[in-house]
Amino acid sequence: MNNKKIFQDPLISDNPITRQVLGICSALAVTVKLEQAIVMTFALTFVLCLSNVIVSMIRNFIPNNIRIIVYMTIISSLVAIVDLFLKAYAYDLSKELSVFIALIITNCIVMGRAEAFASKNALYPSFLDGLGNSLGYGAILLIVAFFRELFGFGTILDFQIISSTYNNGLMTMAPGAFVILGLIIWLQRTLTKYVEE
Amino acid sequence: MEYYLSLIAKSIFIENILLAYFLGMCSFLAISKNIDTSIGLGKAVVFVNTLTVPLNWFILKYLLEKNALYNWTKIEALQGVDLSYLGLLTFIATIAASVQLVEMVIDRYSPSLYNSLGVFLPLITVNCAILGSTIFMRERSYNLVEATVFGFGSGLGFALAIVSMAAIRYKLRYSNIPDGLKGLGITMVLTGLISLAYLAFSGVQL
Repeated sequence: MNNKKIFQDPLISDNPITRQVLGICSALAVTVKLEQAIVMTFALTFVLCLSNVIVSMIRNFIPNNIRIIVYMTIISSLVAIVDLFLKAYAYDLSKELSVFIALIITNCIVMGRAEAFASKNALYPSFLDGLGNSLGYGAILLIVAFFRELFGFGTILDFQIISSTYNNGLMTMAPGAFVILGLIIWLQRTLTKYVEE
Repeated sequence: MEYYLSLIAKSIFIENILLAYFLGMCSFLAISKNIDTSIGLGKAVVFVNTLTVPLNWFILKYLLEKNALYNWTKIEALQGVDLSYLGLLTFIATIAASVQLVEMVIDRYSPSLYNSLGVFLPLITVNCAILGSTIFMRERSYNLVEATVFGFGSGLGFALAIVSMAAIRYKLRYSNIPDGLKGLGITMVLTGLISLAYLAFSGVQL
């Protein structure tokens, strides 16, 4: 597989959320507002790229039976960095995102890519794979957050679009997230002509 | 006593860990294809969650919090030591280790239970519902009994959600769904409807 394909595939056709079914929890939880989704995308990009690079660097030295624990240690150290950084420089946002930054540790994308790709490939392709997957994840996050913020609060990035008396609680709560993500999965799978058996 | 009952009811119905906080979605989507395996995973989650939340409470209280080490060792050098930045790393390590331990103990003493839980025990380490419950326990600063009750309740909430989803998906096998919506898509929409039903509990005052 060439580098271009490694980077491009997870963006649309092999998207981590809609196709690989990884990292759904955070895609639903942090999409109430666009701002949160953007911060989450940056946080995940940082963790995923670095964890892929580190795992790929030490892939020949990790004994096979303890590899999961090693990945866990690497990932949770990286997540602790992001968590503390946000607490120091963007306290309000980190309060809003609450547990979901910490839960990047158990975000299946990070673990899944480390296991499926970085542990078998060289450094540069692993980095590209991390970048592609986190951007593909971010794209879905931004689309879901766009619709939820627009129809929930009538705003986009806090700019008023629909009249300020508009307010739709259903979109900002859990059911709205599930249904919107479900519809986006339908759209993506129809466009890429993928059918699950 | 009443307070703890309402805490259980709250963590199962009103603030269901899966339907209101979206934790544990990955295994929920993957496992709910089959009722029997869903029941197995549900049991394992209740079991491990009831165990790890109080366990992490002890670790938080006696190792990580500010002055926690000093309070019971009384060693001067440890005064003012604050290890809470190690929280995430320690919690996930505790969960991984206790899952491994539980697996070995069950395998030794109750092979029938071990067989019914099967592959789900190791899988649970990376289930966000487990780590999530521990982090909620820290954020809401529960005491020991509250932590145990909350761990049990949120595990039961997850089990309830996954078993009911498996039952619905079983019925769904014979319905005619548009191609792109098959599998993941229709499951998301259905989860949305279940979570809408659970929203009805949110008006309950306990």
